[in-house]
Amino acid sequence: KNLFEQFHRLANVYFVFIALLNFVPAVNAFQPGLALAPVLFILAVTAFKDLWEDYSRHRSDHEINHLGCLVFSREEKKYVNRFWKEIRVGDFVQLRCNEIIPADILLLSSSDPDGLCHIETANLDGETNLKRRQVVRGFSELVSEFNPLTFTSVIECEKPNNNLSRFHGCIIHDNGKKAALYKENLLLRGCTIRNTEAVVGIVIYAGHETKALLNNSGPRYKRSQLERQMNCDVLWCVLLLICMSLFSAVGHGLWIQRHQEKKALFDVPESDGSALSPVTAAVYSFLTMIIVLQVLIPISLYVSIEIVKVCQVYFINQDIELYDEETDSQLQCRALNITEDLGQIQYIFSDKTGTLTENKMVFRRCTVSGIEYSHDANAQRLARYQEADSEEEEVVPRGNTVSQRGSIGSHQSIRIMSRSQSTRSHRRTGSRAEARRASILSKHTAFSSPMEKDITPDPKLFEKVSECDRCLAISRHQEHPLAHLSPELSDVFDFFIALTVCNTVVVTAPDQPRQKASCLKSPVKTIEDFLRRFTPSRLTSGCSSIGSLATNKSNHKSNPNFLPNLPNDSTLLGLEEKLDQSEPTIASNGFGTQSECWAPEQAREQKQVSEVEQERELRYEAESPDEAALVYAARAYNCALVDRLHDQVSVELPHLGRLTFELLHTLGFDSIRKRMSVVIRHPLTDEINVYTKGADSVVMDLLLPCSSGTPSPPHGHSPIRRTLLHLQGAALDPHSTACLVQVLSKEEYACWLQSHLEAESSVDNREELLFQSALRLETNLHLLGATGIEDRLQEGVPETITKLRQAGLQIWVLSGDKQETAINVAYACKLLDHGEEIITLNAESQVGGFGSSAPQEVTSQDWEPWSSWCLSPERVNPPGPCLVIDGRSLAYALEKNLEDRFLILAKQCRSVLCCRSTPLQKSMVVKLVRSKLKAMTLAIGDGANDVSMIQVADVGVGISGQEGMQAVMASDFAVPRFRYLERLLIVHGHWCYSRLANMVLYFFYKNTMFVGLLFWFQFYCGFSASAMIDQWYLIFFNLLFSSLPQLVTGVLDKDVPARVLLSEPQLYRSGQNMEEYRPCTFWLNMADAAFQSLVCFFIPYLAYYDSEVDMFTWGTPITAIALFTFLLHLGIETKTWTWLNWITCGFSILLFFSVALVYNASCATCYPPSNPYWTMQTLLGDPLFYLTCLIAPVAALLPRLFFKALQGSLFPTPLQLGRQSAKKTPKKLSTSKGNLAQEPLPRDQRTEDSEERTIGPSESLSGDFASQASWHTPQLACSPEASGEPSAVDMSVPVREDPLPEGLSAQTPESSTPGQDMPADCPGDSKRKPSSTGRAAPLSSLFNLPNFSSLNWISSLSLVSGLGSVLQFSRSGLQMDKRDGEFLSRPPQPDQDLHDLRGHATDYF
Amino acid sequence: MAMNYNAKDEVDGGPPCPPGGTAKTRRPDNTAFKQQRLPAWQPILTAGTVLPTFFIIGLIFIPIGIGIFVTSNNIREIEIDYTGTEPSSPCNKCLSPDVTPCICTINFTLEKSFEGNVFMYYGLSNFYQNHRRYVKSRDDSQLNGDPSALLNPSKECEPYRRNEDKPIAPCGAIANSMFNDTLELFLISNESDPTPVPIPLKKKGIAWWTDKNVKFRNPPGGENLEERFKGTTKPVNWLKPVYMLDSDIDNSGFVNEDFIVWMRTAALPTFRKLYRLIERKNDLHPTLPAGRYYLNITYNYPVHSFDGRKRMILSTISWMGGKNPFLGIAYIAIGSISFLLGVVLLVINHKYRNNSNTADITI
Repeated sequence: KNLFEQFHRLANVYFVFIALLNFVPAVNAFQPGLALAPVLFILAVTAFKDLWEDYSRHRSDHEINHLGCLVFSREEKKYVNRFWKEIRVGDFVQLRCNEIIPADILLLSSSDPDGLCHIETANLDGETNLKRRQVVRGFSELVSEFNPLTFTSVIECEKPNNNLSRFHGCIIHDNGKKAALYKENLLLRGCTIRNTEAVVGIVIYAGHETKALLNNSGPRYKRSQLERQMNCDVLWCVLLLICMSLFSAVGHGLWIQRHQEKKALFDVPESDGSALSPVTAAVYSFLTMIIVLQVLIPISLYVSIEIVKVCQVYFINQDIELYDEETDSQLQCRALNITEDLGQIQYIFSDKTGTLTENKMVFRRCTVSGIEYSHDANAQRLARYQEADSEEEEVVPRGNTVSQRGSIGSHQSIRIMSRSQSTRSHRRTGSRAEARRASILSKHTAFSSPMEKDITPDPKLFEKVSECDRCLAISRHQEHPLAHLSPELSDVFDFFIALTVCNTVVVTAPDQPRQKASCLKSPVKTIEDFLRRFTPSRLTSGCSSIGSLATNKSNHKSNPNFLPNLPNDSTLLGLEEKLDQSEPTIASNGFGTQSECWAPEQAREQKQVSEVEQERELRYEAESPDEAALVYAARAYNCALVDRLHDQVSVELPHLGRLTFELLHTLGFDSIRKRMSVVIRHPLTDEINVYTKGADSVVMDLLLPCSSGTPSPPHGHSPIRRTLLHLQGAALDPHSTACLVQVLSKEEYACWLQSHLEAESSVDNREELLFQSALRLETNLHLLGATGIEDRLQEGVPETITKLRQAGLQIWVLSGDKQETAINVAYACKLLDHGEEIITLNAESQVGGFGSSAPQEVTSQDWEPWSSWCLSPERVNPPGPCLVIDGRSLAYALEKNLEDRFLILAKQCRSVLCCRSTPLQKSMVVKLVRSKLKAMTLAIGDGANDVSMIQVADVGVGISGQEGMQAVMASDFAVPRFRYLERLLIVHGHWCYSRLANMVLYFFYKNTMFVGLLFWFQFYCGFSASAMIDQWYLIFFNLLFSSLPQLVTGVLDKDVPARVLLSEPQLYRSGQNMEEYRPCTFWLNMADAAFQSLVCFFIPYLAYYDSEVDMFTWGTPITAIALFTFLLHLGIETKTWTWLNWITCGFSILLFFSVALVYNASCATCYPPSNPYWTMQTLLGDPLFYLTCLIAPVAALLPRLFFKALQGSLFPTPLQLGRQSAKKTPKKLSTSKGNLAQEPLPRDQRTEDSEERTIGPSESLSGDFASQASWHTPQLACSPEASGEPSAVDMSVPVREDPLPEGLSAQTPESSTPGQDMPADCPGDSKRKPSSTGRAAPLSSLFNLPNFSSLNWISSLSLVSGLGSVLQFSRSGLQMDKRDGEFLSRPPQPDQDLHDLRGHATDYF
Repeated sequence: MAMNYNAKDEVDGGPPCPPGGTAKTRRPDNTAFKQQRLPAWQPILTAGTVLPTFFIIGLIFIPIGIGIFVTSNNIREIEIDYTGTEPSSPCNKCLSPDVTPCICTINFTLEKSFEGNVFMYYGLSNFYQNHRRYVKSRDDSQLNGDPSALLNPSKECEPYRRNEDKPIAPCGAIANSMFNDTLELFLISNESDPTPVPIPLKKKGIAWWTDKNVKFRNPPGGENLEERFKGTTKPVNWLKPVYMLDSDIDNSGFVNEDFIVWMRTAALPTFRKLYRLIERKNDLHPTLPAGRYYLNITYNYPVHSFDGRKRMILSTISWMGGKNPFLGIAYIAIGSISFLLGVVLLVINHKYRNNSNTADITI
């Protein structure tokens, strides 16, 4: 079977064909059995590899298929354990907590009293939060345990489809009642049950019909670009082979004709004695030639490449720098055959959440009633986790671009550092590392990393909180406790209550599956009991899942009834407070230490740890991570959520003790409203409050006109405006949330409740009605405050992105998030810079009808100016604006008629952000770029929503972080974190590419050269397809003698050390441009092979001309010469010689001679026709043999060596320079870095920069220009090299035309040569280019390659590109590669200026 | 790490994904090999670094070349073409196939005496002994004296496998086309005495020892060679059967050294084969003193039909074989080219180094 599979490969068929051809007596060239040997060997190796792969796949399949789950068996009337593969549609399945759902299951029963079930859909869509699923309506009322035997309903549902977010169907009960089924009722395969003890459901879709599997389009066979190119060249080789064969066939025909009629003695007639006609002879000769020259098609190439790739994968896996200590995972290569594609990536498509960011929210700051609490300490604490690294300092000024925000700016700079380094620091501080480890262990309880938990309260705010806490504690027994507080304090109090209450966070203790058990402490219990006694119908008022109108009405009526109970309630709370008296000592104690001594970090941390211990390690599980973050934040202010039931929420305050809020309604979050609300009854004031929490942009519209219902603003300014201002400042935070409160009167509430209940109970368009009702409630709100939450970037993301950018990669972010968030993250990770123009494509507004004409209009309207702008000659070299496009516009952009235009635009852009894109869109974008731009694409993502994109891209990378394995499964490579991408691409990708490219080229060279020897011989044997090289050597030469060294080189060769590659990412471009393996290099290589074979053939030919040497005694030295030539050639090509290289080279030579000796001594009569008995032994005694073996390889390789040397010193490629610099300055590098670390950045300079920058974006062109230029200063300042060049640092924008003595004198000659050529060569060209280069000289003090490559990238001027390849790059230019390009091409200056500049520039050349 | 670690091991030992669920950390070993940090020599090919190589090559090759050239020049060699296509040639008469035993004599003069062992070759030109079908057309087992192969030769010998229902004894085209001229050398010792002195030509010792003793064997059997070859017939072109190649039983049949030499197919269409040895007599007299000789040729072998040439070559040999000026010249040429390139590189390097120093500073 495997053989059959293998024959699908064309190459294998070819080889077998040749081997079979050899069995035809008339044309056979070798002993038939022998010719079969290499083919068999190769088939065997491939078969073995396939077997191994199949086996591992089988093993994992088997593993999944044999997972067990409980299935109800009608025969045994109980749940029995079955394998997953045995699950059929209609089975009843019981699942327990933390089990993975084996099929798409309709939820029929849950152990949860409310018929709820939480699932985690990380495996499916990559979201780690818990989702709630409900039991099908009609089953939820069942009190007793669900009995499958009594299930008689009929379920109707739609056909299996791949839409994860939609499910429609209905269930018809036996009493004829119909109930609708929604996606809330469906448990999808691959999800995990959380927080629910047991559920029972009926299987609706099983196996391949499940939505998860339908979404899983099968893996694509990936073939690397190099391989494709190689295959093309193999075809060339085939052509060459056919040409050679034809040539020699014709030659043979003529030769036969000439000699046959002359009755030559050596002419062998046919076996029947008749003479062979020239034509038949030619045909035979043709076929035989194909056999003899088959070596030209490198039979071992495929095997060698596979072997090399396996080894490369092995080394990538083993790289310790790709090992992530936190998750104990290293990089996984799942695709074995595309390693070299890593070195050629041009476009990176990245997911945002979980890929760029940690998907962990951290409380950042808040403003309450218009006062901002900046949480400096929090930032400082984060900052203190790491020691400020020198590299970090580089980053700071760049990120800190918009300085409007004043003090915020400084936070941000610190925060950037904190992001990048936080995880590393965790390892340093002992206790933190432990906490971290603990959180890893309990991975399934999401969002509880110490970063989120440990929030340092702002002292001022903390004071206020505790103050109002105390006030309330004192005044709680009075009639209107809140009235005693100042409005500000009440706002503060409400704010924290809102934070704590307005969410769907579930509290768990780590040891119990559900929080209920953990809260069975005595006081609560009693109060609960008490309350329950007094309000018997309370239960019904809570959750939305209750359908009966009647009970709700009664509940509504009962509301006034239980009002009098409340004083009782509060007295009880007072009692409870006394019970808790033991605790406040600790609490206040804790407060004291916190407010007084911020400095002793250790003490504080210890305290926090102890605090956590006190709180019995409560853990919050939230649907979205930001909710959890907010709750943790509130807890830091001693306002801890301790318990949440479906109808009540308990909050614990240090002085007030436990407050229990009655939860009347929860209006859940949805993406349209972008907010959620809870309706609660306040235990202190006994008012019904609506707390709303939502995205700032949405919520602000709902605000009550200022100071109408609320107390008058405390200060002159309206707090709303100030809060808005703060929010604007906070806009750079990925998430900002406003909290609002509204006090409802009972009547209002009753009124609303009525309609709400109606909405709830309706069947048809229930969701719509609920939405409307929610809208009705959420009006006239009073702003309490706002919080800023950030989704922390993963460690090292900005640096990685900067590096990848420098490496010439285009990074697109395809995010499912909303636009603002995406842009914010993009800013944070340096994908966008503030000086850049952002093109935003939002087709939303004009999209009335979804007809194809309308969007076209819209989009073309949008694009016409832009695309023309991009192509206009004015902007030959645009700075690369950033394109932001949202999902809906993207949909239009991806339509056939617009995609080209979209691509043109996108190509010009420095970065592209696609927000709100669906998984399908993601994959379509990738596919578009891949097919239209013919670019190498890499998609990286972590969630299941990225799977399609990962599969479509040339290289798919999955992040094997905390989210599910779906992305990893689909990926070719799985990295633990985003930042490893840098090393994976820049180091390993480059290595793999250059190794493989060199190896493939070498292979072609080797085979061509070897075949060349045989071909030249044909001229001297009447084109009779005779081979002077013994067939054994001929067949095994590639396989045995010359294969090992090249394998070792292919696996281990490092053209440039990793250190240099990382510090100079530009080197990556060589792979992108396919510098090492191009058609021209291929043909050059072939030409060299032809030359070498000529030399290697004719030197022995002349040396043995007219001598008594016999054919195979003559062929053996040629073989030896070929071997030596190959090894020497490899030696020239090899860049690093390890002992392995030496050993394998020696081994090859040794092997050849020993095999030859043994073979020649083994049998006196075997191996016809060569019958090489004692040949080698004789040769070894012949000095002529040594002499030819010495001279031929040398003569063959002299030119190559010479040209290599010439090229190496005259026109070195960047790679060679990198290698040279690596060799010359290993110490210099480290010292310069060290210098920088010691030498702090001049503070004043940075502020100066920021001042300049403020004018930036809003100004006209020249202003823009200035802002752009100002970039260079910080960059220069922070680049390690620049610190060695003080003049470069001092130089600022206005001085840029000034000559720069040191800088220029330091200029490399290489850069000056093209500079001279430049004006001369392109005088007619637009002045901008030469002049801009001229300007570059003083600015960066050097030309650098990236400048030019970016130049020619856009202008596609062949001249410039020619120069570019010749150009040097210099290290000092590294930091500013692209930006320089942008800068250079900045819009026109006065012409005069240009001329002056040019004058300057030319002066210096 | 094992010292015998090689690429093969990596293939076998390097499955990328370790079996999951291992309790121990998956942290890769921090060894130099696995981290690709093996100590390595990293040559960079620039003018400066390559330069010495060129000079060294030049310095080594030129003396070797000179040595070889001198050695080759010291070899005495005389070549006499006796194809007879030219009408003036004494062998012209033999071109017509009618004259069956055609003997022709060619006179030549040695200007200088040949010292030491002198080798007598016959040389053929435009004779494609390396033709594919020709090369294959032999049966080594038969030549090794295998009795079954003797009577039933390999198919490769077709069409020279059987003749008149009898197996051909040395079957195949190679044997069939064996060179069968007889060359004799006479010295005219002095002008006064016209009687030529025959030069003793040694028939044995011209083939490889292994060929004579291992590879080629007469079939086993009775004392008489003829009996051993019973049931076989001679190759079509041969005049006499294989057992009558020589009177000496040790040099007849398959082990006849002329035959063995012929069976070693030449690599190139122009070749020579050792025909006879002229051993030196003693230290005092040269093996072949200068003087007039004549070569007596029994002309059997037809080469003129396919424009072939036949030559007789007398040559002394040196440590490196026969006369071949090419290798010496090649060595000298390559050596000087290399030296020249070295000089070019030196110039370039000198010019470049000044610049590269400044480049270093900027880096």
